[in-house]
Amino acid sequence: MTSEATAVELTADDRARLNGERGEGAALAMRLVVKMAEVARAPRLRDVTGAHIDSCLYHGQAGLDFAERLLACGASVTVPATLNVSSLDLLHPELVRLDEETRTRASRLMDSYVAMGCRPTWTCAPYQLPDRPGSGEHVAWAESNAIVFANSVLGARTNRYGDFIDICAAITGRVPDSGLHTDDGRRATLLLRLGGVSDELLDTEVLYPVLGHLLGRRAGSRVTAIEGLPPNTSEDRLKALGAAAASSGAVALFHVVGVTPESPTRESVGADTAREIVVTLADLRAARDELSRVPDGAEIGAVSVGTPHASGSELRRLAALVRDERPRVPFYVNTGRAQLAAVGSVAEDLADAGVTVVTDTCTYIAPILHDIAAPVMTDSGKWAWYAPSNLGFDVALGSLEECVRSAAAGRVIRDARLWEVG
Amino acid sequence: MKGGWLVEGRASGPALVLDEPLSFWGGLDPATGKIVEANHPQRGVVVNGRMLVMPSGRGSSSSATVLAEAIRLGTGPAGIVLGEPDHIIAIGALVAAELYGIAIPVFVASPDGYATIRDGDQVSLVP
Repeated sequence: MTSEATAVELTADDRARLNGERGEGAALAMRLVVKMAEVARAPRLRDVTGAHIDSCLYHGQAGLDFAERLLACGASVTVPATLNVSSLDLLHPELVRLDEETRTRASRLMDSYVAMGCRPTWTCAPYQLPDRPGSGEHVAWAESNAIVFANSVLGARTNRYGDFIDICAAITGRVPDSGLHTDDGRRATLLLRLGGVSDELLDTEVLYPVLGHLLGRRAGSRVTAIEGLPPNTSEDRLKALGAAAASSGAVALFHVVGVTPESPTRESVGADTAREIVVTLADLRAARDELSRVPDGAEIGAVSVGTPHASGSELRRLAALVRDERPRVPFYVNTGRAQLAAVGSVAEDLADAGVTVVTDTCTYIAPILHDIAAPVMTDSGKWAWYAPSNLGFDVALGSLEECVRSAAAGRVIRDARLWEVG
Repeated sequence: MKGGWLVEGRASGPALVLDEPLSFWGGLDPATGKIVEANHPQRGVVVNGRMLVMPSGRGSSSSATVLAEAIRLGTGPAGIVLGEPDHIIAIGALVAAELYGIAIPVFVASPDGYATIRDGDQVSLVP
């Protein structure tokens, strides 16, 4: 790789990094940032105020080789950086059944990122932490659900950063000035309008992961404006929508007209001239059936909720629900250690009711569910998308309430009524 | 063919034209090079040695590491041809080149050019 002949306009500071004046690690990071700017045809780089790092999740030797190379070259972060979920639950290590060698490597990877100055937050929902970015703030976030939430709900600006480039951005504090960092890149090219969907269904929790799944399928990587969602749609519902959309598609930004900070009207995001798709009840039903292949009444072997990590309000809701209806099958909730600490005694309420709380990682990326022969139920479109290939489970999708009711009965119980008529 | 490089390099092999985008993370097993995504129409097909042709990237940002790991293990595709740029795929290939010196070129074809590639065609990328 060469950087001499780059067309990207660099500052004196950028050049100093590139030339190794801030150490070999910073030079390697800068080389990759400049290369990515060339890929993106960015005219220049721009500052970011923070980063969220996904590279701390162990996927094999290559990730560890890269982190240890950076560390050996003396690299450290120059902007605040949070860390995504890892392969281990450090608070409940017994939950994750990994062989010793993988555990050691995963742990070395995590240590490398902390040693580079990243905060050991171990959550895929950094937007649930108190110091999240504000509207118009430029950040370099990785983790597909966090990216889409930052752009679509917070109105912050990040491209779809991936492993490797996330830490390079944190080390240099610089990213290519392109794509979703620019006004032009954030204009909608697709308008998705909900047609003939009842207010009652719009107020149903499970609509949101289903709509997200459909969005991912239809939008691919395009910026989409969604019209017809209630203006008071909660962050938890938008989280579920975005996470599903960023799983079945490469969605990094959707404008919910009337909700996303920069999207008060369809005209404000250029969606008045975008191609329009009307989403009907039949489309939503088809999307639901693609994600949820287990029929009502079927036996379930476990329930997993909290993908992305459960928020404080979701943890409290779950604790209240299981107080009345105790699960008969193993019931897991994934959350971040900070989110869990913030809800105080709710953690004990959950444990008393027989719910297993998983922190720092997630049941769909770490070997936690075991000896389960029957299908698994979840409230997450993202979990429903990845679990069949990652874990080999058949999946039923339902709301948090339906998950709790089903766990108490040992079989899928859902309210099918709302999906039947328009 | 018209288009642009994400990662420049030389490669050739029979085209594996995917009907749908593939997320390497959760979709490609780096130990075998096999497509494992449950809903993928080409589940079970091995990408190793093929010129992987797909409309775009999809899903998780962890795909970069999985691609680099497949390249390290020698189970990755010979080269990648995309219908639209994907930075996650580009960085995975770039880091594998930095760490292991194995270059897998990534090319973005023009829409017309992309449409002419048929599964099994011999495809060559030349800088």
